[in-house]
Amino acid sequence: MTVFLVIIILALLAVTGWQMSKIFDLSRGPGADSSPIANDKDNRQQAQITLAFMVFLYLGMAYSFWHWSKLYLPEAASEHGNEIDTLMFISIGIIMTVQVITQALLHWFVYKYQGRKGKKALFFADNDKLEFIWTIIPVITLAGLIIYGLFTWSDIMNISEEDDPIIIEVYAKQFSWEARYAGGDNTLGEANVRFIEGINTVGVNENDPYASDDKITSELHLPVGQKVLFKFRSQDVLHSAYFPHFRAQMNVVPGMVTQFAFTPDITTEEMRNSDYMVDKVSTINDIRKENSEALMAKGEAPLDSYEFDYFLLCNKICGEAHYNMQMKIVVETEEEYNAWLSEQETFAETMEK
Amino acid sequence: MSALATAAAQDHHEDHGHHHKQTFITKYIFSTDHKMISKQYLITGILMGIVGIMMSVLFRMQIAWPEESFAIFNLLLGDKWAPDGVMTPAMYLSLVTIHGTIMVFFVLTAGLSGTFSNLLIPLQIGARDMASGFMNMLSYWLFFISTIIMLSSLFIESGPANAGWTIYPPLSALPQAIGGSGMGMTLWLISMAIFIASQLLAGINYIVTVINLRTKGMSMMRLPLTVWALFVTAIVGLVSFPVLLSAALLLIMDRSFGTSFFLSDIYLQGEVLNHQGGSPVLFEHLFWFLGHPEVYIVILPAMGLVSEIMATNSRKPIFGYRAMVASLLAIAFLSTIVWGHHMFVSGMNPFLGSVFTFTTLLIAIPSAVKAFNWITTLWKGNLQMNPAMLFSIGFVSTFITGGLTGIILGDSTLDINVHDTYFVIAHFHLVMGISALYGAIAGVYHWFPKMFGRMMNKNMGYIHFWVTAVGAYGVFFPMHFVGLAGLPRRYYTNTAFPYFDDLADVNVIITVSAIITAAIQVVFLYNFFVSIFYGKKATQNPWKATTLEWTTPVAHIHGNWPGPVPVVYRWSYDYSKMNEKGTDYVVPGQDFVPQNVPLQEHEEELNH
Ligand code: HEM
Ligand SMILES: [Cu+2]
Ligand SMILES: [Cu+2]
Repeated sequence: MTVFLVIIILALLAVTGWQMSKIFDLSRGPGADSSPIANDKDNRQQAQITLAFMVFLYLGMAYSFWHWSKLYLPEAASEHGNEIDTLMFISIGIIMTVQVITQALLHWFVYKYQGRKGKKALFFADNDKLEFIWTIIPVITLAGLIIYGLFTWSDIMNISEEDDPIIIEVYAKQFSWEARYAGGDNTLGEANVRFIEGINTVGVNENDPYASDDKITSELHLPVGQKVLFKFRSQDVLHSAYFPHFRAQMNVVPGMVTQFAFTPDITTEEMRNSDYMVDKVSTINDIRKENSEALMAKGEAPLDSYEFDYFLLCNKICGEAHYNMQMKIVVETEEEYNAWLSEQETFAETMEK
Repeated sequence: MSALATAAAQDHHEDHGHHHKQTFITKYIFSTDHKMISKQYLITGILMGIVGIMMSVLFRMQIAWPEESFAIFNLLLGDKWAPDGVMTPAMYLSLVTIHGTIMVFFVLTAGLSGTFSNLLIPLQIGARDMASGFMNMLSYWLFFISTIIMLSSLFIESGPANAGWTIYPPLSALPQAIGGSGMGMTLWLISMAIFIASQLLAGINYIVTVINLRTKGMSMMRLPLTVWALFVTAIVGLVSFPVLLSAALLLIMDRSFGTSFFLSDIYLQGEVLNHQGGSPVLFEHLFWFLGHPEVYIVILPAMGLVSEIMATNSRKPIFGYRAMVASLLAIAFLSTIVWGHHMFVSGMNPFLGSVFTFTTLLIAIPSAVKAFNWITTLWKGNLQMNPAMLFSIGFVSTFITGGLTGIILGDSTLDINVHDTYFVIAHFHLVMGISALYGAIAGVYHWFPKMFGRMMNKNMGYIHFWVTAVGAYGVFFPMHFVGLAGLPRRYYTNTAFPYFDDLADVNVIITVSAIITAAIQVVFLYNFFVSIFYGKKATQNPWKATTLEWTTPVAHIHGNWPGPVPVVYRWSYDYSKMNEKGTDYVVPGQDFVPQNVPLQEHEEELNH
């Protein structure tokens, strides 16, 4: 596929080069037009190319949507995520409609009104009615989008503690994540970088009674269908906790605790078995197999085959290894979650060692 | 160097009245003539553009063929930053950072508005020069010094700045966190501080000139839209650049004098730093208070140039002149109250997010009005397809494509999931980067005869345009889909996540398009530099335009007009205006009426 594309593009380039030399020849030959200002012939030619370009643009857009829409993330794995996706699809629908219409007008007018000697342009300087129309249409459309957007936004961002969310701290440092579960009391113990020492890597205050049952883990496990309130803390620079599959993101700011809440509603298992993911993973494994063969031919180790897991990634430049700051996320049933959690060591146990 | 500049300028002042005595130095180097300064800006901008675009090609190659060895990497970056031809992650981030800085500030702020403000403001308003030629010269040389400092940071031991062009602390404040935040960041900050000083000097000068030096009859509502745009740009710059300067100064203090404006509770390399009580979010507010207006500082001049070029080449007045002016002012005003849309997920209060969503989507309205007015300007025109016209049409096309995705990013709800992904890169490159570049290039093709007295070759212009148009969409349209797949920007490689392996094809398409687009610019450079010396000689008014710059002689003279400064009787868009009976044009047989032609008998000046 890649090779194929490169060949096409090289071919296009060759055609361009050939065309270019032709144009230079033409502009040199006897009787050639050497005026640096567009004449009727240029106007006609360029107008035709503009029309061709419009076709290219539409085909390009159609190709992109046809082949790459599937790159859009899978169905949102959180409750609010579906609302975001709906709003996203509505917005994309609206902007693509506007795009198709305005680009058509733009390119068509260029073609239609190509210049000719002796032709008279219309002296058309103002028209209040027209301008009113195209002020008011965006106003109405945007008002709709704003209102829809703002309702969704406040639903997502205004976190009420009434529905008793599970509280989990997500802790960032160059270049890894850790999670701290609040334990039986669902209250996180006090923490600050000044408490960091030895195995107390996230700086929890040992003397805080709320801290002893906290559990610090290197994977993030979440029970399906339960609201989780994440508290974010960074020990060094800005990071951003980006959960693409859950349509969630929040910056992680040193000196400050930021937060975001969502309710995961598709387990890892279910996501793995979805048509989308089965298809995607098999594509990826085909690619990896191909790459592995190339690697082995060079005497290097092949790539592992891939199995889907949710992940958390860092989305605010944080240093050299910013590109590889990830944590595995597992969404599972409540029983599995409880079983996993009970196996984790509490902070008190860790500190006793 | 500035001491030298001062001396030279004083000489020049004493010299007043004997301009034939100009030496090479006062004429070409420490010139106070706005036309020469404009050329200096243009050439410097072009050279910086070459550096900036080369950088983007290099880091795009790393993205498409991650960690592969390229001889060219080793050649350009050396053994330290590309051992065995494989680019290091630190160098990747440096290239991205310096690419962004150079393109935004040095090419599209100084290069674009420096060139055209200097060239067009005096010429189009009928002034003999800028209000202060000396300040103008100083501004160019400060800009020049800042480019030298920025470029010199590429050669230092610890590497150039690499915390992103947004230089968010703590990363940019702490050399322990990333190598580029040592000497590299110091040079970056010094360079930008000087750059800001240069822009402020230039801006004040532009504003004063437009307000005070308009010729008789040139009321504000008769100004060409270019001048309006450049004028409003200067005001926006004057409002916002000082804020960036203060952010930079506070950052310098945090870095060097142990203050804590932006730093708090930091543990790095086994120790807790002394800083306490600062907030990185404060820096973000300060940065984007400039940063957002900055994108309008970049795009407004391009809008002005395009409006002018479109009207001239359509042989029609710009449609809705008053609405164009009003929307410029609206955009300028709104641009100062939308900065928070870069910070929806920064941890700031969600209510603020709502406010910024509202103001951001408001700004879409004047932008939409502009786009519709440009399209209507073409309607029923007599379009002259000169290269400048093509680039102007290209501008409208990319401005629409890129502007529309702004509706997604400006919506706080949707931004949650696309913030800092390649979707953002695609959006702002189309709406700001490519559009502004198209505007600038259109300006160069159009005003080249005014600058150099010769014409550029149109056939090369056509090739340049079409390959660029295809290539630029080839780079940035597919990039939206990469972003929607969740791929973050500023990633050295995405192979650390097998999940993104299926993006490899798209990334190759993007990079190959980028290489083609960059390569075709050679045609432009060739055309530009060769035409300066060997282009066809220009006539006085090659595009049959109405504005005053085309009433000056082709050869540059100090003071612009040999005789008295022309007086203005009409607005600048009397193209294809018919006489009262509708039998012929106002000036028979000529489809345009220059601004210095008095109203004809029975002619009505429309009330624009
Ligand atoms: C051939 C032309 C260009 C190409 C291929 C290109 C490509 C890119 C890409 C891929 C990135 C993102 C890199 C990353 O996040 O890892 C980027 C960043 C950027 N580009 Fe360009 N670009 C081009 C021209 C321009 C222009 C004309 C501008 C002017 C506004 C510009 C301004 C920026 C800025 C501000 C950034 C952000 C830098 C940062 O993240 O710190 N680029 N460019
Ligand atoms: Cu990070
Ligand atoms: Cu902005």
